Amino acid sequence: MPGHTLEESLLQSAVRVEDPASIDGEEIDVAVDRDRLSGATDTAASFQFDGEDHTLGNALRYIIMKNPDVEFCGYSIPHPSEAKMNLRIQTYDGVSVHAVLEKGLDDLMAMCGVVEKKFQLARDEFVANRMEH
Amino acid sequence: MPVPSAEELTKRKRVEVGIETVSNQASTDFPGHWPGESHEWDIEHFEKKFDIRFHKYHPHDAEFSLVGIDTSVANAFRRIMLAEIPTLAIETVFINQNTSIVQDEVLAHRLGLIPLQGSKEGLDWMRWYHQPTEDDPGSGSPSDYNCVQLHLDVKCEWQEDGLKRVAQGETDPDRLYTGHNVYARDIVYTPTGKQHDIFDKEPIKPVHPQILIAKLRPKQEITLMMHAVKGVGQDHAKFSPVATASYRLLPTIDITKPIVGADAKKFARCFPRKVIALEEVTAQDVQEHPELKGQEGEAKAVVADPMSDTVSRECLRHAEFKAKVKLGRVRDHFIFRVESTGQRDSDELFLESVRLLKVKCQRIKRGLNEMMR
Repeated sequence: MPGHTLEESLLQSAVRVEDPASIDGEEIDVAVDRDRLSGATDTAASFQFDGEDHTLGNALRYIIMKNPDVEFCGYSIPHPSEAKMNLRIQTYDGVSVHAVLEKGLDDLMAMCGVVEKKFQLARDEFVANRMEH
Repeated sequence: MPVPSAEELTKRKRVEVGIETVSNQASTDFPGHWPGESHEWDIEHFEKKFDIRFHKYHPHDAEFSLVGIDTSVANAFRRIMLAEIPTLAIETVFINQNTSIVQDEVLAHRLGLIPLQGSKEGLDWMRWYHQPTEDDPGSGSPSDYNCVQLHLDVKCEWQEDGLKRVAQGETDPDRLYTGHNVYARDIVYTPTGKQHDIFDKEPIKPVHPQILIAKLRPKQEITLMMHAVKGVGQDHAKFSPVATASYRLLPTIDITKPIVGADAKKFARCFPRKVIALEEVTAQDVQEHPELKGQEGEAKAVVADPMSDTVSRECLRHAEFKAKVKLGRVRDHFIFRVESTGQRDSDELFLESVRLLKVKCQRIKRGLNEMMR
């Protein structure tokens, strides 16, 4: 990724990111406010997720840790009264943290797909068995 | 690549419950933990090992097991069911008259906690309502697609001859007044706009008509209007679609040395009923355990239904059982119990939680792509 440093690793979704310290709800400029999650490299970075908590944090941590390219993965909720979740990923030689995070999300979605399918099957089977008796 | 034995795999999955301690709590199925073993995420492997079994299935109460999934994901489903699935609940109460002894704010709070039900398609059709503030217009004034109007109009009166009966010493309110108990069924839904069609067959009403809201005495009245909106449990518990959504791990009881005779009966009494059954000591048992010689035909404790155990650890308090039994739980066997408050069915709630976790991932993936641009 030429010309692109992962220092700008503040994850921004489509929602506006407002500066909580500002009175007039000023938006956070990722480029300016880079010390927020600074010190990132291609193979080690921290991501900040707005509006997420242990629900996604722990599930994502688990699935990313299942990736053999990952040296370390952990998450934290820096402060209980701020709806923010930080996720740290460090990878082994040369593997991009972005690719790892993306694979983690894909794997988790695939897992949900299997759970949904199997749940419906199990339920229908249980109902069918009950009807017979 | 070394393949761990079935025995070793069972041992890894076992959370050991001691008299005062719990050991082997954390899962170890990660790459790099066991030398030479892979443990890489593999969807096919997961699909093969993962299993769901139902134990109880009622519209508002379901019990099922998820087997072969990690705690982090099972817990995510539970947390989503509690806090992130939207439901409809009374949010604003406009009180015209309240001469009952229940204070306005207490009454409003009680009303908010009443679970509502109605057409499922209708509830899905409903949108969010954001209260306008000084610098944010929010959703503006409430509309048919984001707000449900309800009324409560009750007044208590004397029954005919009620005053006469009171003079005779009658104290039973049911024989003296009318409308002295205000129940949830007295709440009247007033459809507006498109709601006429959408909630035509299944109008909005309280799930339990018998909830007592307030008690009145003659000439006291309550006249009020309510706005019910969609919300999530994160914001207020009244929006939570479940009464409880919880899981527990499957308990295990391993009898390592035979427990026979009077001890067997005492052992069975250490557990909830039917968890331990009594069988006769057979010739084969005597062959396997020479110490049982001469006890053939006596009672022997066997594990019949570990799922009903509460893991009270009572058996570990008795010296005679300490060395003969091992208690534990299976780390990847989650027995879920989902009790719905009535707006959605229990099984739908679980499916919704799975879908919501997927949607969360999708949203973040989109954000990630945007960041990379």
